Amino acid sequence: MNPQALMDGLITGAMIGLGAIGVTLTYSILRFANFAHGEFLSWGAYFALAVASALGAMSSALLAPIGPFSFGWALPIAAVVAVVLTGGLALLVDALLFGRLRDRKSTVIIMVMASFGAALTLRSLLEFIATSKPAYYTQALQIALPLGGGLRATPDQLLSLAVSAVLVVAVHQLLTRTAIGRSMRAVSENPQLAGVVGIEVRHVIRVVWLLGAALACVAGISAGLLVQIRPQMGLDLLLPLFAAAILGGIGSVPGAMLAGLIVGLAEAFAVQLIGAEWRAAIAFAILVLVLLLRPQGLFGRPE
Amino acid sequence: MSVELVGYACFFLTMALTYAIMCLGLNVQWGQTGLFNVGVAGFVAIGAYVSALLTTPDAANRLGGFDLPMPLGWLGGALAAGFVSFLVGALTIRLRADYLAIATFGVAVTVQLIALNAEPVTGGPFGIGFIPRPFASLAGDPLLFNLLNLAVLGVVVILLYLALERLVRSPWGRVLRAIREDEQAARALGKNATKFRLQAFAIGGGIMGLAGAAQAHFIGFIAPDNYMPMLTFQVWAMLIVGGSGNNRGAILGAVLVWAIWAGSAGLVADLFPAGQQARAASLQIVMIGVALCAILLLRPRGILGEERVVSRHLGKFVRTRPIAASESSKHANS
Repeated sequence: MNPQALMDGLITGAMIGLGAIGVTLTYSILRFANFAHGEFLSWGAYFALAVASALGAMSSALLAPIGPFSFGWALPIAAVVAVVLTGGLALLVDALLFGRLRDRKSTVIIMVMASFGAALTLRSLLEFIATSKPAYYTQALQIALPLGGGLRATPDQLLSLAVSAVLVVAVHQLLTRTAIGRSMRAVSENPQLAGVVGIEVRHVIRVVWLLGAALACVAGISAGLLVQIRPQMGLDLLLPLFAAAILGGIGSVPGAMLAGLIVGLAEAFAVQLIGAEWRAAIAFAILVLVLLLRPQGLFGRPE
Repeated sequence: MSVELVGYACFFLTMALTYAIMCLGLNVQWGQTGLFNVGVAGFVAIGAYVSALLTTPDAANRLGGFDLPMPLGWLGGALAAGFVSFLVGALTIRLRADYLAIATFGVAVTVQLIALNAEPVTGGPFGIGFIPRPFASLAGDPLLFNLLNLAVLGVVVILLYLALERLVRSPWGRVLRAIREDEQAARALGKNATKFRLQAFAIGGGIMGLAGAAQAHFIGFIAPDNYMPMLTFQVWAMLIVGGSGNNRGAILGAVLVWAIWAGSAGLVADLFPAGQQARAASLQIVMIGVALCAILLLRPRGILGEERVVSRHLGKFVRTRPIAASESSKHANS
């Protein structure tokens, strides 16, 4: 077996993990499976593309590659702007759709259906604006560096792994060590009781959307940087995101990241055996296995 | 001219009726039982492919066809889709409500993948052609041919409607509603909620398979592109517009949404230059998506809404009571 699959799996897995953290947070705190989460990845990637192109047009110095990486300062700056914009998009969708349904005390499944409608609307809108032609942040080619043990990775890939690791640790600290993190966990346990003890539930919900969208945006940018940017990228990642969130156990941030890596590695190794065209079925197989053997996931609590 | 117009009307209505069958299937799952299926396209595709494999003449480059009579193909398609629904349901129905949604989404993705990649069985991206059409011997007379095709589907829809209406009003249908409204009360009466839900999910999936088979034989050609997530979305929009929980609403919604869809497709073709049409087609999808969300927000009952009372025995006593109170509580418990 080609050891390079290990590296490929880790890199895809880190992207899936970042997205899955958002899914698992919305799932445990807002209590529904958000089918529109994948679209935050695509919109984030396109926001960054638009801002980076605008910056590049203003000053070509921003396009000169930084050190060993394939992109210039335009992309990191654009990434920060895109994180803010994606967060804004999530809040907008919540204000227009989910918030109203919540106020009306709609059932879980109505929320799921609404998220399904929102996903298709967002995706098609993106396709209308950007067309379905693939886009790239940079045309530069990168040589993969040997890392020993037969593994190779480009500097961009290593950077995206490092960024994911930092973000997971940061989110975990946020949830376990800060006041807002405690409030989030309280709302996820019992929203009514959390409201009674003076936790501002609306504020917590806003933070959940911002956090989930920001992580999705970063995952989308790294998927766009390492592969390509397409309006369908979020849809293609949706099943792996759900598989990882359920495998990790709904509500568990370290679980989502670990499960993301497992899904990514399983995809990378299975593709070697059965061919790349079956990649999308791997996540489904994992999902079925988890639901059969351990429906509460690795770190979840049984209901 | 008028013959052409009648021909087009027949074609349009026949297409709409195939969607009406899907809608009726979804209504059994969602409208009557409250089970959310995000993989409608997958179950429709299973029905279409199984029926095509069973009925096409022997082909050199893939498995089958077995050249069986058409009704056997339709039956096979429905049974296969029903069986897959049963498996998915058995896996997820006892778990959280949205796990079923995620699993059905996975089924749709996987079925799409199999249709695209398992070339020896499904013909791969080129799909399966030469699917026998009803009354193919009369194709020389387009008007008669179209009318007969429409009649076949009309009969199927009417029979299905009558059967489902009977089912809804049967003790079985009432148990389903009882479970949807208040699972604990139904269980206290000794009804096995999981078993009833599973039956409803499998029956609904089987009806979707039947719709796929009927559509495949009406068009005569199938390919993986016909079964994109878009299809799932259209069927959902049809049911929600018409009124979920109401079989007449399901049929009405199918015809109405299909008319809007076909009309807006014509508009896109007229208004946009050839190079921009693919782009403009995505606006069509945006429109349907916004409409679905708007209906969920503004008129969750749809045009016809659900019949509150289906029992013949209770009719006189309950119908006079105001139903507003039970309406608001309905969505709070299911």
